[in-house]
Amino acid sequence: MTIASLKDVEVEYGKRGRAVGPFSLSLEAGEIVALVGPSGCGKSTALRLLAGLEGPTRGTVTRAAGRGETSLVFQAPTLAPWLSATDNVALPLELAGMASKEARDQARAALGRVGLAGAEAARPAQLSGGMAMRVSLARALVTSPRLLLLDEPFAALDEITRRTLADDVLALWQETRPTILFVTHNVEEAVYMAQRVVAMTPGPGVLAGERVVTGPLPRPHGFRTTEGFRATAEQVSDLLATGRAAA
Amino acid sequence: MRRIVDQVAPILLLALLIGGWEAACRLMDIKPYFLPAPSAIWTEAIKDAPLLALSAWGTLSRAFIALVVASLISGLLALAVSLSGILERAVRPLVVTLQVTPIIAIAPIVQIWAGVAHPERAVISLAAIVAFFPIFSGALTGMKAADPDLERLFRLYGASRWQTLTRLRIPSSIPFVLEGHKVAAGLALVGAVIAEFAAAGGGVIGLAWRIQESLFRLQVAKAFAALLILGIMGAAVYALLGLAERRILAWWRGR
Repeated sequence: MTIASLKDVEVEYGKRGRAVGPFSLSLEAGEIVALVGPSGCGKSTALRLLAGLEGPTRGTVTRAAGRGETSLVFQAPTLAPWLSATDNVALPLELAGMASKEARDQARAALGRVGLAGAEAARPAQLSGGMAMRVSLARALVTSPRLLLLDEPFAALDEITRRTLADDVLALWQETRPTILFVTHNVEEAVYMAQRVVAMTPGPGVLAGERVVTGPLPRPHGFRTTEGFRATAEQVSDLLATGRAAA
Repeated sequence: MRRIVDQVAPILLLALLIGGWEAACRLMDIKPYFLPAPSAIWTEAIKDAPLLALSAWGTLSRAFIALVVASLISGLLALAVSLSGILERAVRPLVVTLQVTPIIAIAPIVQIWAGVAHPERAVISLAAIVAFFPIFSGALTGMKAADPDLERLFRLYGASRWQTLTRLRIPSSIPFVLEGHKVAAGLALVGAVIAEFAAAGGGVIGLAWRIQESLFRLQVAKAFAALLILGIMGAAVYALLGLAERRILAWWRGR
């Protein structure tokens, strides 16, 4: 079943001209797709189209996952500094009309799932970058979304935190199997995280090609050193390089 | 060591200035109606303490009421304006015009509107006009300064306009509103003093009137004493608001 799709979408920003398209992408239920490409190729725009936050200039966007069933995580944790971790996570539930006490109970449970039990009362300023990102992840998961859109969520983190979080996201995915679109400019990260890697090239953002990643999810230890991983990463890099040469 | 020097330096400079001033008055035999010596000002301040305190309280309380009035009006207006782009474009030029018009120029008109029987209303209105702009501007900037990605999340979660306003825009604006109040408090005090000179005509008890009255009688030391109180009051208000701002910001940020 298709959860969300873009069909021949084009996005134009006034005088700046066409930013994206024509571009098509289809997300099936329960799959993890990585959208990889250089900065400014329109990855984030494609993500915002799928979230329904923007409309395309041309083409069609279909979304089986409704508003309350779609979650979004940005590159920055994007937390409200005046709210505690619990209140930040409870926010989407409260905005949807849930009673505060119940929302906070669920928020605390979600924080526990991302490994932040004990940090419930902390404010964002008191958390490390990795912990703040976990709060952001908990906020995205608390609504049990069918579609989880991740916009370069680890880009601002150090390598060790980034790897730990990547494994944690995959473990969380296994629990409820939401559809995940993982946007990144890092080819290795894309191949590690996804079952399918879609490569995008800029000027305007179009499809450069896609590769299926074989191997179990969550990834076993040492997956990055396997022949399959290396070969796929190489192929995706080639796709991006050819795309750029053509553009 | 560095800290001690930092703290002692301004006190030392002040002591040097006052010492030099006192010495100059005594050695050069400067007439007290031209420049009274610090010791004479101090004597006058002690002697007149009850009256000066009453006057200071008058000026301070009117400035405070003006600040509260300005805060309420500008806060409500900023709220209304933030909800409508058209309203903002309509209101901006008016607000800016009001801001750049010297209150000295509108003081006589406000004096007439307030009525001869209520000079304090004229003073409060004028001080509120001066204090209005920084708070309005801060609140409006603050409400637009919400993290755009948080705004996107609110849209994604289907938040209503009211929810976006109360749970995102208003909390986001707090640092800007605080800064606006800090600036506005100083301006309200200045505005209250100017308004006493320009619009009250001696009808209110305040430091500005004390200065004017003392000068009429050539009691220059008394005028300086009032000026001294005014300076101390201004510095105290600024320090107090700075402290309040830091405290509230620390609470807002969680550290």
